[in-house]
Amino acid sequence: MARFFKQNAIWLVFILEIAIFAYFNPRFVSLGNIINISRQVSYYGIASIGMTFVILIAGIDLSIGSIIALVNVVCAYLMVNAGMNMWLAVIVSLIMATLIGVLNGWMVATIGIPALIATFASQTIFRGCSYLLSGGLPIAGFTPDFGIFARWTLDRWGIFESMGFVGLIPICAILMVICFVIGSFILNKSYFGRYFYAIGGNEEASELSGIRVNRMKYLIYALSGFFAGLAGVVLLSRSGSAQSTAAVGFEFEVITCVVLGGVSVSGGIGRMSGVIAGVLIIGSLTNGMILMDVSEYTQMVVKGVVLAVAVGIDCMSKKRQTV
Amino acid sequence: MAEDYVLELEHIRKEYPGVVALKDVTLQLRRGEILGLIGENGAGKSTLIKCCSGAVIPTSGSIKINGKTFSRMTPQLAAENGIAIIYQEFNNVGELSAAENMFLGRPILKKNGIVIDRKAMEEEAAKAFEQLRIKINPRELVKNLSVGYQQMVEIAKAIQQNAQVLIMDEPSAPLTTNEVESMFKVVELLKSKGVSIIYISHRLEEIFRLSDRIEVIRDGEYVDTLITDKDPKTIPHQVDELIKLMVGREMTQKYPPRPNCIKDNVVLELQHVYGNGDQDISFQIHAGEILGLGGLVGAGRTEIAQVIFGAAPKESGKIILDGEEINPKNPRQAIDYGIALLPEDRKRHGALLTVSIKNNISMPIYEKISRATFINSHTEKETAEKYREEIQIKCPSIHQLVKNLSGGNQQKVILAKWLAAMSKVIIFDEPTRGIDVGAKFEIYKLMNDLVQQGVAILMISSEMEELIGMSDRIIVLSENKMMGELQKDEFNVDTIMTYASGIIPESKRKVS
Repeated sequence: MARFFKQNAIWLVFILEIAIFAYFNPRFVSLGNIINISRQVSYYGIASIGMTFVILIAGIDLSIGSIIALVNVVCAYLMVNAGMNMWLAVIVSLIMATLIGVLNGWMVATIGIPALIATFASQTIFRGCSYLLSGGLPIAGFTPDFGIFARWTLDRWGIFESMGFVGLIPICAILMVICFVIGSFILNKSYFGRYFYAIGGNEEASELSGIRVNRMKYLIYALSGFFAGLAGVVLLSRSGSAQSTAAVGFEFEVITCVVLGGVSVSGGIGRMSGVIAGVLIIGSLTNGMILMDVSEYTQMVVKGVVLAVAVGIDCMSKKRQTV
Repeated sequence: MAEDYVLELEHIRKEYPGVVALKDVTLQLRRGEILGLIGENGAGKSTLIKCCSGAVIPTSGSIKINGKTFSRMTPQLAAENGIAIIYQEFNNVGELSAAENMFLGRPILKKNGIVIDRKAMEEEAAKAFEQLRIKINPRELVKNLSVGYQQMVEIAKAIQQNAQVLIMDEPSAPLTTNEVESMFKVVELLKSKGVSIIYISHRLEEIFRLSDRIEVIRDGEYVDTLITDKDPKTIPHQVDELIKLMVGREMTQKYPPRPNCIKDNVVLELQHVYGNGDQDISFQIHAGEILGLGGLVGAGRTEIAQVIFGAAPKESGKIILDGEEINPKNPRQAIDYGIALLPEDRKRHGALLTVSIKNNISMPIYEKISRATFINSHTEKETAEKYREEIQIKCPSIHQLVKNLSGGNQQKVILAKWLAAMSKVIIFDEPTRGIDVGAKFEIYKLMNDLVQQGVAILMISSEMEELIGMSDRIIVLSENKMMGELQKDEFNVDTIMTYASGIIPESKRKVS
């Protein structure tokens, strides 16, 4: 029983949070807002899966915000300027995002640059690339079909037009759920998951147990790039216009979700269900604060504190174990 | 009138959870003497000196400095009372100059009290070097100095801080022959100035050359103290006596008997292998044989194991497995060939502590028990249960994390992993280090079972008894080279020790 509470404490936090926001603003739990939250969290959720893997092996990926910006610009460019088929453009963008992840993996595993620096460098590089490609200008005007992932549209009579929805559920939220299912399968049912936990626990012993640690690093950073790319596609679909300034600081929010969800920054510990809770908490926190008219600056302060507290709790529990 | 002792350690005991590192050690150091401290690997020498420096707090016992009793030491107290330790790994900062290193953490400041007075420090350093009659430019960066000089900087630092007791832990280990000679001169000079020295070394000739008295400890206990007789004629006799004192125990029935099960076929053969620091290593292991690999710490035993296991590159020579040459480039390939390694440092390199017993055991075979990357969880569980039963891993459940197991059971989990991987050659690096006596016996029995099933075992051990008790043949390394090979009827502590200390003349080396 005590163990159940300890493992699911994060969900209690989530319920408590909902209750508080609902108390201050009943609109928070309206159907419209819940649908809204599910759309808002979808790209955080999708990107958090790759980040979970990365942090599980005690790495970090700071490049995902820039990957999203570049995916936005490239995907829009291909569709608008090159007239490429929408699905083809999406596939090309995802391949590009994955390759950026491979590059990160190469820097970290083969060259040996600390993950923090390697992905910080690619953050800057690919943000720059997206500016170079777009010239700093937004790219818009792609086919309305592209709204399928997340667009909420009204027809000309102001009536809800259910593009991007299955019934009342946004497609982007469905996509997020599918991604979480895939992520959980990788983590719990495939041997990759076993390897990730092992590497996060002890890289040297993992290598000596027959795991090719470097290959796994390539794979993990590639996956992180891929999921970031997918999140980028969803964001683009939702915003309807590609901007090089998109998703600045995005990695920060995703890292907060993952760490809040109980993935230890020192690696080896964490569960996908916790990460889902982390994503929902941060998503509803952002949404709730907006509804309560909390200024954007105050929001930054709050989220920073949440990250520090989440990591602090993790580190403190580690310390207690070793003493 | 009592003797004039600078440092007295009385009945020092140090317990770690599950292990007693020091049972009862007493040590008395006279003013201006050199005391040689010897004992086998793991006898507790390092723990003892760490008690002196305050790095380790004894469970019980007292430390007296100049007659004043301290119940516990702290690094500050030790320094204030003139105790300095030269560790095997130096505490120098390579990017700083010799003078800056000497005054690290306590710089000389200019009169204004803010700016460092580099000149004064360099002058002081030069004075200290001069005192030791060594020529080091105080401005030279320490990383540019030879290892010998780096050590001198540490000694000079200790002297500059008015150390009265200098404890040297294997000071000659990293040095070349010439450097050792100059280090000896400095040590003797210090003695003549009234500094007391505890000199720890595996090399007995050094101990005879320098020491006034020799203290022997064994298994964390004080054994005896002898007065050094420097008459060259009596030295061989004294060496014999010291070795007996160091190893000394009666050979008890600590090793389960095993019928001869050596088969004719050679499983693993090394031909003139160079790599990872080792030179020209050649041996054969037959199916059903335990080949012991003896030598001192740092003799290159673990290094050759790493080469065989693909964890370190081979430079030249051949590794032959079942008649075919192999070149494992990483542990994965070695495992697939059927080679396994149980590393010396179980917690760092062996077991995955944060992972369950079940996952540890299946780690090398996951790709075999998976379909399209998805694990057959039934096989995974069955494998773990099978080995838990077979080698009696004591645990409430296979889902338990390995860090919660005792040392002996952790070792069994690592062994289970390699059994699951169907290993043909198993390298045990210090198989029973840090494992209590009961569990040791079980590990030995498991090793016996394995060879009877036709597995070839290479066992690295620093415990003389274990080496003699378990091996079918023994190879001894010293300074990364093979010194000799002993057949079962030639097993003898003295011979192994002489080979290991490397004093045997070239002509007498027995290399097959």
